[in-house]
Amino acid sequence: MRKGYFGEFGGQFVPELLMPPLLELEEALSEIVETPAFQDELTGYLQDYVGRPSPITFCRNLSARLGLDLWLKREDLNHTGAHKVNNTIGQALLTKRMGKSTLLAETGAGMHGVATATAAALLGLKCVVYMGAVDVERQNVNVRRMELLGAEVVAVQSGTRTLKDAINEALRRWIADQADTHYCFGTAAGPHPFPLLVRNFQAVISREARQQFLEKNAALPDVVVACVGGGSNAIGMFHHFVPDESVRIVGVEAAGTGEPGCYHSAPLNLGTNGVLHGMKSKLLQTPEGQILPSHSVSAGLDYPGVGPEHAMLHGQGRAHYGTCNDAQALEAFQTLSRTEGIIPALESSHALGWVMENARELRGKSVLVCLSGRGDKDMGIVEEYL
Amino acid sequence: MNVPADKLTRRIAEAAAKGRPALVPFLPAGYPHKDTFWQALVGLDTKGAAVIEIGMPFSDPVADGPVVERASLKALAEGVNLEWILTELQKREFRAGLVLMGYLNPVMQYGLERFAEDAAQAGVGGVILADLPYEEAGEVRAALDARGIALIPLVGLNTSAGRMALYAKEARGFAYFVSVLGTTGARDQLPGQVRSQLELAREVFDVPLALGFGLRHPDQLRKLAGLVDAAVFGSALIEHLDQGGTVGEFMDQWK
Ligand SMILES: Cc1ncc(COP(=O)(O)O)c(C=O)c1O
Repeated sequence: MRKGYFGEFGGQFVPELLMPPLLELEEALSEIVETPAFQDELTGYLQDYVGRPSPITFCRNLSARLGLDLWLKREDLNHTGAHKVNNTIGQALLTKRMGKSTLLAETGAGMHGVATATAAALLGLKCVVYMGAVDVERQNVNVRRMELLGAEVVAVQSGTRTLKDAINEALRRWIADQADTHYCFGTAAGPHPFPLLVRNFQAVISREARQQFLEKNAALPDVVVACVGGGSNAIGMFHHFVPDESVRIVGVEAAGTGEPGCYHSAPLNLGTNGVLHGMKSKLLQTPEGQILPSHSVSAGLDYPGVGPEHAMLHGQGRAHYGTCNDAQALEAFQTLSRTEGIIPALESSHALGWVMENARELRGKSVLVCLSGRGDKDMGIVEEYL
Repeated sequence: MNVPADKLTRRIAEAAAKGRPALVPFLPAGYPHKDTFWQALVGLDTKGAAVIEIGMPFSDPVADGPVVERASLKALAEGVNLEWILTELQKREFRAGLVLMGYLNPVMQYGLERFAEDAAQAGVGGVILADLPYEEAGEVRAALDARGIALIPLVGLNTSAGRMALYAKEARGFAYFVSVLGTTGARDQLPGQVRSQLELAREVFDVPLALGFGLRHPDQLRKLAGLVDAAVFGSALIEHLDQGGTVGEFMDQWK
């Protein structure tokens, strides 16, 4: 396999000016991240600061209603309320070891921004977060959290003013500030080595979950499910299950309003091969190669691309990728809140929504869902819709 | 054989022989408007451009600053696409060498072989793809090389001698030196290390060197006399047109 590729997907499609920091990061991945000393330090922070291991929870009430065994991997219980912190603590520790002073990040829902700002505060780093102006509006609580944590939040006014444009701006900033700044990419996408680096840090989810599930059930789950934005919680949830052939792996993309012709965020289901943000992957684009706007009720899934490893798993048929639309996600959001007393993030609600929609087919099966985050941040949006 | 890439080298050398850097204006295709663009191009050609760079618009131009990005999005909104650019180019002839500059994805969707073929038909001598570093460039370079079109390398202030050498081995036409650690856009001042990096690039590359990305005033070039063979200006030209200026006036001030 070519360096930085997952099958035919991945690569490093960036301006030459970004190659030196990417090559530096590649080296840091093998020379620093993969050493026992670094892993020990990271594990310490994950335990004592993030609160890992996160538990898995059996959903008694909802399982009975759906006729299947529903388990949740509780990434919502992490400090800052989502899986994003697994990655940001890792990258922030790496940044310190690389001798850089500043963390740069993009954010959609604001969860990665908050998690980056948190890691920066903890480790004494400066933090700059780029966020689409549309997202600044719809995820305003997270903007205030980032600012409280000492980060500078830059509202991006170009293009569609969402996550894709925030990534463009962050890449531009990184070109200029690469000497003292690390780009703390928020998902398992982008140019090599980010898809590997982020998977490395998120794989803790399935390392724990597989073990926990085996301990409680003396068997592996039948189905593992996660929502897919850029793909970091999903690849983290899938990684240690990929070799288990009996386990069905399902990623869930956001189908937007679900109406034909309307924007959505499902590049694996509805996109074509292309190059964006440094990677070859599946993209929402015109036949002429212009990137299309995406839509989802959840800002964190609102992205026209997807990490290259998912594109490979999709192509191989090892993982299947379903969809869940806005209405189904909102329904799942309410259902989990009412039946289990857990308010899920709208992103995670897409994974749950897929399970609820497909309950008949999944009857009697054990289903382990990655609850990637908690839903407090989404109260404003949900109230608008309900 | 008539190799399109050689025209770029030749035009730059002709200007350099007159003791000044060759002028290489950049204009996004379809700018300022779809119907006035070709007229602007003719203006640049008759006013002494050695090479003209035509921007192929892309929705997500990460190597570009706000001026070029805005111009590209506007062109897209007016329906500019590769098909239009290449078909229209085939109808025209220019004294200046022609370079297409953009990003990989639109070219990939157009079809690499088809692109190389149509570009050659249109008299294009070089192609710059801002998001295609050495490691990923093999396939594209092969397709262009087969038609005598140069894949112009971009190098900059943080490119090591080793990486420059990789590009130099394959370079034809000219090499593009990015004068700032940043995106396109005119700046009043160029960074101090430009001189020493240019000296390095001079040693490594056999093809002519063009300097671009940050240029605003002709005097920025005077200080680098002898170190560059050509000067590329994009944002400064776009800003000039935006303020109601003409292509002719703009070219005159750089002569
Ligand atoms: C809670 C939550 N889940 C999922 C996502 C989607 O990202 P990814 O696909 O990288 O896990 C986000 C992104 O903001 C998020 O906040």
